[in-house]
Amino acid sequence: MKRKEEAAVLSQECLSPGIYSMWLETGIAKEASPGQFVSLYSRDGSRLLPRPISLCEIGKDRIRLVYRVAGKGTKEFSGLEPGDTVEIMGPLGNGFPIKETEGKRTLLIGGGIGIPPMVEVARQVPGEKLLVMGYRDSRMFLKKELEDCGPLFVATEDGSFGTKGTVLDAVRENGLSADVIFACGPLPMLRAVKDYAEGHGILAWISMEERMACGIGACLACVCESKEVDGHSHVHNKRICKDGPVFPAGEVEF
Amino acid sequence: MNLSVEMAGVALKNPVMTASGTFGSGEEYGEFVDLNRLGAVVTKGVANVPWPGNPTPRIAETYGGMLNAIGLQNPGIDVFVKRDIPFLKQFDTRVVVNVCGKTAEDYVEVVERLAGEPVDMLEINISCPNVKEGGIAFGQSAKAAEAITRAVKEKAKQPVIMKLSPNVTDISEMARAVEAGGADAVSLINTLTGMKIDIHRRAFALANKTGGLSGPAIKPVAVRMVYQVAQAVKIPVIGMGGILTAEDALEFILAGATAVSVGTANFRNPNATVEIVEGIRDYMEKYKIQDIRELIGAVG
Repeated sequence: MKRKEEAAVLSQECLSPGIYSMWLETGIAKEASPGQFVSLYSRDGSRLLPRPISLCEIGKDRIRLVYRVAGKGTKEFSGLEPGDTVEIMGPLGNGFPIKETEGKRTLLIGGGIGIPPMVEVARQVPGEKLLVMGYRDSRMFLKKELEDCGPLFVATEDGSFGTKGTVLDAVRENGLSADVIFACGPLPMLRAVKDYAEGHGILAWISMEERMACGIGACLACVCESKEVDGHSHVHNKRICKDGPVFPAGEVEF
Repeated sequence: MNLSVEMAGVALKNPVMTASGTFGSGEEYGEFVDLNRLGAVVTKGVANVPWPGNPTPRIAETYGGMLNAIGLQNPGIDVFVKRDIPFLKQFDTRVVVNVCGKTAEDYVEVVERLAGEPVDMLEINISCPNVKEGGIAFGQSAKAAEAITRAVKEKAKQPVIMKLSPNVTDISEMARAVEAGGADAVSLINTLTGMKIDIHRRAFALANKTGGLSGPAIKPVAVRMVYQVAQAVKIPVIGMGGILTAEDALEFILAGATAVSVGTANFRNPNATVEIVEGIRDYMEKYKIQDIRELIGAVG
C-alpha cells in the first residue's frame, strides 16, 4: 500500500561531485521492493511537483536514496541534515521481477544515476550474478556496496578505470554471458541493452525514466510507447510510474 | 452549518470538485483520498474513441506552476462506460464526465452514449490548448462556442457545463455565448498556453513545444476571470486555476463561483481536496457563516 508521510533524515553524504546519499527512516521500507521508487516533495511552494528517486537500499525501517543534484529541487534535498524531515510518497512503481532470476545467471547493468537501484537489486537476486556498471570517470560511487554482491565490472567513458567505453563494451571485453539482464540507466544505454539482449536471446528487463507529475498513474504524463495495448487508455502508452518503471525490454519502443 | 451547493438542479454535498485531467477517474487517488467526501469527481476528458495523446516529455515544472501537454490521452467512451462509471458509482459523490472531441459530431456521440448512464453532469472541454483539432477551436470563437453548446444541449440528458479557455480576448463574451447556447453552467479557467525552454539543451521543455500552464502561478488571473464571468452570466460558475488551499478556494467563491475545482494541487498533496473542504468549514466557523451560499459572490 502506497503512503505519503514525513520521513526522518538519518544521514546525508556527498559520494561524488553532484551525487548524494541520504538515509531516511520511513515505514515505506517495509513494503518496498528493489527497482521501486519514492516521490520526494519540496518545502518550497514554487516547486510543486514531487521528484521521483529510486530506492538504492531497503532496510527494515529505512531506505537509502542515492541521487544526482539536477536542479533546485534535488539541491534542496542535498541540504537536508539528520534531524530534518522530508515528505515522501511510496513505494511507487513495480520493481524488478526478482523471481525471474531463480536458478539463472543474471547480468545487472547500471549506468550513471541508474546505478543506485542496482545495489538493492543485486542484494536480492538469489542466484549467480555479474555486475556491470558504467560511470563517467574513476570517481565511482557505491563501488563497495556493489562489490559486496558479486563480481563487479566497470566501464568509464574516459577510460580512467576499467573498460574504456560503455557497459556493453565491458560485457564484451570480459566475455560475460547471462540468462537474464536487469538494467537501469540513460535511454541510449537501455536501447543498446535491448538490442544486445534481443541479439543474444537473453531475457531482459529495463527501468525507464520520464518526467512525472502525480507519480501514481493518474495524470498520464510519464508514458512510454508499448508494444502491447496498455491497461489504462487501451492505446500503446504504458505509464512508467505505475505499469513500470521496469518493463520487459521487448515491451517498450523507444 | 451548510456546505452544500446546487448547480442546475444537482446538489453537491460541498463545493469542492476535482479538476479534469489531474485526477483520472479517481481510482489512483482513491488510495489517498476518501472520494465520499468530495462534492464531485470531474473525470479526465473522454472522447468517442481512444486517443493516444502527445509525445513525451509531456510536462515541465515552472515557478509556482507546471506546463502540461498530455494531449487528452484517454481510453474512449466504450471502456470508460464499462470501467470508470461503475468505479465512481461505488462512492457517495457526484460524477461529472468531462467530454472532449475533434468535431461537433465527436462531442455529440459521447454525450449521446452517456445519456443513459448514471452521470450527474457533463463538462464539455472546448478549451484544451494541447490538441490541434477540436477543443480549443471551439473555445476561441464565441460563435463556434455557442454552436457546439447548442449541439450538445440538444442531445444531452444531463446538465451541461461548458469549460472555458482563458486564452481569449474577452472571456465574458465566451461565457455569454455558451449561456446563449443553453449551457447550464460554466467552468473556468482551463490552462493558459505557455512555453518553457531548456537553455542547456537549447530545446523546448515539452515535445509539443507549448503546454497549458496551471498551478498557483495562474491563480490571480483565474480569480479575475471568474469574477468577470460571474458578473456577465446568470448560470452558475465553477472556479478553478491554482487552488492549493481553502483560502484559495474561498477567493474563487467570494468572486462568484458556486463550486471550485482542484487540479495541480493533487500532484503536490493527494489529499488536497479533502483538506480544502475542512478548511472551508473552519473559515465558516471562524466567521460564523451558517450557509456557504452566503459567500458566493460576496466580495465588495
